[in-house]
Amino acid sequence: MKKLESSLKNMLLSLTACSVIAGALLGWVNNITADPIAHANAQILSDAIALVVPGFDNNPTESPEEIEVDGTIYKIYRAMKNGQFIGAAVEASSNGFGGLLTVLVGFDAEGNIIDYSLLNHSETPGLGSKASDWFKKGNKGDIIGKNPGETPLTVINDGGDIDAITASTITSRAFLQAVNNAYSVYMKQEIDASSGASQQVKNEKASLIGTDSIHISFANKGQNK
Amino acid sequence: MNNLKVLLNGIIKENPTFVLLLGMCPTLGTTSSAINGMGMGLATMFVLICSNVVISLIKNIVPDMVRIPIFIVVIASFVTILQMVMQAYVPTLYATLGLFIPLIVVNCILLGRAEAFACKNTPVASFFDGLGIGMGFTIALTLLGSVREFLGTGKVFGISVMDEQCGMLIFVLAPGAFIALGYLIAIVNRLKKIKS
Amino acid sequence: MEYILIFITAIFVNNIVLSQFLGICPFLGVSKKVETAVGMGTAVAFVLTLSTIVTYVIQKFVLDPFGLAYMQTIAFILVIAALVQMVEIILKKVSPSLYQALGVFLPLITTNCCILGVAILVIQKDFDLLTGIIYAFSTALGFALALIIFAGIREQLSIVNIPKGMQGMPIALITAGLLAMAFMGFSGVDKGLAALFGL
Repeated sequence: MKKLESSLKNMLLSLTACSVIAGALLGWVNNITADPIAHANAQILSDAIALVVPGFDNNPTESPEEIEVDGTIYKIYRAMKNGQFIGAAVEASSNGFGGLLTVLVGFDAEGNIIDYSLLNHSETPGLGSKASDWFKKGNKGDIIGKNPGETPLTVINDGGDIDAITASTITSRAFLQAVNNAYSVYMKQEIDASSGASQQVKNEKASLIGTDSIHISFANKGQNK
Repeated sequence: MNNLKVLLNGIIKENPTFVLLLGMCPTLGTTSSAINGMGMGLATMFVLICSNVVISLIKNIVPDMVRIPIFIVVIASFVTILQMVMQAYVPTLYATLGLFIPLIVVNCILLGRAEAFACKNTPVASFFDGLGIGMGFTIALTLLGSVREFLGTGKVFGISVMDEQCGMLIFVLAPGAFIALGYLIAIVNRLKKIKS
Repeated sequence: MEYILIFITAIFVNNIVLSQFLGICPFLGVSKKVETAVGMGTAVAFVLTLSTIVTYVIQKFVLDPFGLAYMQTIAFILVIAALVQMVEIILKKVSPSLYQALGVFLPLITTNCCILGVAILVIQKDFDLLTGIIYAFSTALGFALALIIFAGIREQLSIVNIPKGMQGMPIALITAGLLAMAFMGFSGVDKGLAALFGL
């Protein structure tokens, strides 16, 4: 086959044809992968929830409650078993060393930490990134089973009793702050759910670190059980 | 037999990383562990093979003056397909490699092979060229990733080889990428000399 | 204040070349002389800022409204390639002296991954247009800074006696590694500044 010459008509034709084919192909692939992508994303979250609050039989990802405190959005995924409330996974974030650090913390109905999962972070690989298992059961900074309501979790340097990650105090502080905030939001939620309190609540016992007024709004109020 | 030669040429004689010194950004940016390096190498290999074959198929219906934009469109389409497929089936690897997946588009290896090989040869030969160069790239990235992971954390492919306390963390971080690659290229240079 | 923080972070703390690994090819390729490094740095600063504006507008006003977000990579790379061509033609006509200084670097810029990388990052980080422009410009300054320092070191290196196996690329990469190590000293500076500004 002879090579096409570079006339204006040929160039325009081939460019247009090429873009149209590429566009159509991408549209088609986008169409068939849209579902698997959505599914994969949901899977990551529901796996993390299953890890931090095991033993539920409802679908917590279906109706997360979104609570905004000081511009940060917290998400609460409630876990139920046989219609009984057994705990919740709370998604909270704070500023770490390299950027935002997002953690999913599981609490039982009393507010004890069941487990956690580091969802997202940009900490230094090999240092701050150790947070993903440093605070797990049996490791140095074990926080499992603790209740942040009794004593807020703080690192030893700041007068607390949690071992900070070696050479990553800032990451450790940020992580524990996220857990404490998650607890505050969760307990507030508990109180709120039982008493149907007003939109703006002042409560010293469960207040967030450094804030005393909390604005609560429900994203899916109609679906709350 | 000719195809085998093309294949080996890509892996050894024209190894894109150690000999041609192309595609340095993903080489340095994604090799903090062996598995990441390998993932990036395979992703690039996929795009390279597809674009090589398609470009050599359409080489006769593309006018010379607009060939570069058309090659870019072909490469970018395959990169986007790869992005969507990875998001759907290997979301964690996709999240780790992050920005470097869309940046395969501007990897000089791809356009370089399109210009130097695919637009002059048959689709079959182009396929083997893509496979060869892709494997060369994958091997180089896996090797660099293993070296960095071993020196940095004492593991290779996540399996503990030496006590983690002995790791030199700097090799997982940015400076270690440059230094490890520098020494690897020096070693390859030395090996080449011994051979000749 | 927020802008100053972005400015300093992009230049020193998250330097595009030395900690993000974008734009390595020109970093290694055109860093043999300080003079060419300055030219390349300027050309990148110019194109990077311009391309970020254009790609931002395309993403927000074309791709997003029509649900074509998946065409991002393809659209951005074509826009950048076209933009570089246009800049080249306009410069040639409007300012021949500037074209003489920057002209040779322009074709190299299309395959500079920091241009496409920054365009995508601005969208990913969800910046508004002004923040995006400041981010792009400071990133380019960070690129220029790293490139010029590196070129300065390499000029000195060329008169040093280096073992044969290490000559050329290996010693350049190791030098870059040491430079990256020096830039690591800036990590955490952004945290301190944020606290200082009360952000």
